[in-house]
Amino acid sequence: MVTKLEIQTPEKEVIASANKMEIKDLAVFYGKFRAVADINMNIQTNKITAIIGPSGCGKSTLLRSFNRMNDLTPSARVDGEILLDGKNINASGVDVVDVRRRIGMVFQRPNPFPKSIYDNVAYGPRLYGVRRKNDLDDIVEKSLKQAALWDEVRDKLQQSGLSISGGQQQRLCIARALAVEPEVVLMDEPASALDPISTLKIEELMQELKKDYTIVIVTHNMQQAARASDYTAMMMLLKEGERSGTVIEFDATNRIFTNPKDKRTEDYVTGRFG
Amino acid sequence: MTSTTTTISRFQKLIEKNQVIVSSRRKMTNAIMLSITGVMTLLAIIPLFWIVGYVVFKGGQYINLDFFIHTPRPLGMEGGGVLNAIQGTLIVAGLASLIAIPPAVLAAFYAANNPNTPLGIALRFSTDVLSGVPSIVIGLFTYAVLVKPMGHYSGFAGGVAMAILMLPTIIRTTEEMLKLVPHTLREASLGLGAPEWKTSLSVVLPAALNGIITGFLLAIARAAGETAPLLFTALGNERYDLGLIVQSGIAQKQGIFEIFRRVFDQPVDSLPLTLWKYAQQPYPERIEQSWAAALVLMIVILLINIFARLWVEYRKRRLQG
Repeated sequence: MVTKLEIQTPEKEVIASANKMEIKDLAVFYGKFRAVADINMNIQTNKITAIIGPSGCGKSTLLRSFNRMNDLTPSARVDGEILLDGKNINASGVDVVDVRRRIGMVFQRPNPFPKSIYDNVAYGPRLYGVRRKNDLDDIVEKSLKQAALWDEVRDKLQQSGLSISGGQQQRLCIARALAVEPEVVLMDEPASALDPISTLKIEELMQELKKDYTIVIVTHNMQQAARASDYTAMMMLLKEGERSGTVIEFDATNRIFTNPKDKRTEDYVTGRFG
Repeated sequence: MTSTTTTISRFQKLIEKNQVIVSSRRKMTNAIMLSITGVMTLLAIIPLFWIVGYVVFKGGQYINLDFFIHTPRPLGMEGGGVLNAIQGTLIVAGLASLIAIPPAVLAAFYAANNPNTPLGIALRFSTDVLSGVPSIVIGLFTYAVLVKPMGHYSGFAGGVAMAILMLPTIIRTTEEMLKLVPHTLREASLGLGAPEWKTSLSVVLPAALNGIITGFLLAIARAAGETAPLLFTALGNERYDLGLIVQSGIAQKQGIFEIFRRVFDQPVDSLPLTLWKYAQQPYPERIEQSWAAALVLMIVILLINIFARLWVEYRKRRLQG
């Protein structure tokens, strides 16, 4: 844990280990059903935090609560605190639009809009009132470059976003998320629908992106978590028969995969179950 | 051990013996079922080709250019056409679309986004009921609430009756098309911080537009072929001529609203109405013209359908790149 005083000092290492987000005693309910409970973890600035665990343990639910996508489910309710730079994103008076601009999201399946590549990336900036063609051109180019897609699509920006390959579509979706200059990027199994080469590209891209962004990724693929992330949260159902999931262990990725404290984590990462 | 072996070998022999019978019986069953379904398919498409062929044969003999460019002439006079009915059909269908489409699309949006609210359930229930109401009842209803108070039949009343008829179809198809748009697409937009209305308008609507427009065109095509709702509303008007109305309007220096009023405020004809009226008259030339009107009506509806298909193809190409 880093105190406020340390964050204010300009030294790089201190800033690098600052908490971008803090999750305190979080529980998410759908109606009466408690999907996740007792979540306590910190998301560090400019690091990649992976969330792993078996199906149905609430990984996506947890991730979606980070930018209030759960608001879209009418019965969903959140207990506890999610702090972004020390401020609760669920507090009254906080604008959900602002939360979602600062915390962007990339989804499991590539979901470009049925618009041109250019309009896909420009969609976000236009929402926030960028109108001038030059500004939009700059943002589109910069975002596509950040998503390592520029060289492949620079000559066909006016073509449909659906006309490119699945891997390219996913990078287009990343560019679309980056175009509104978020601080945190949430990725919900971003490579699960892609072939190994496209997956590798996404992972390389994540390493580039973490210089400027804080990344949280949900993944089914343990090798991916081991390869690509700095911190790993291991999720599991609270106990047999109960359907609430929780984080049973949260540590540096290295330690989770080589020297886990919890027996269940060890069983899971060594492939003995799950 | 030995007893098991003999059982197995006996079983195998049985299978081998039966295999010939079973496989030939299976082939025969397959052949029989295939021919039954094939014959039934032929039976099902016979009415379609019969109707189309018969109308083309009968109507084709009497159709000519005059038929499209002249209003009816008095009995006994050569020539004359159904220009009034063609114009009337287009005017009534056009007006009906203008009245029905905006509320139907917005209602469909509401129902698709709030399916389980009381209003959403009420909408679904009432569209189901409305689509089951016989079209003649809709005509009668429009007569009671519109024609009676206005004191005369009119194209406007016809358009309203037709719009009521189109409402449930458009609401239903639009709602289904909106529901087909992947949920992830909405989430992508909302995840960028877009408000619901913006997401609906600039992401969901374009993604569903193909199906929605096809729904419009099919609803219009169906409505254009209806006779019953127009019997008590548009009535029919053999002297109706759009060109003349506009010309005389301009000649008398009438304003655009006055011209519009004259277009919609008098009884108009329509193709199905003309067909229906002519077919029951005892004069051979009217019967002939009735067949020709049937052919024109079919062509109009066919054109709308073809246009719908082409539009969908075009949009698909453009979106898939």
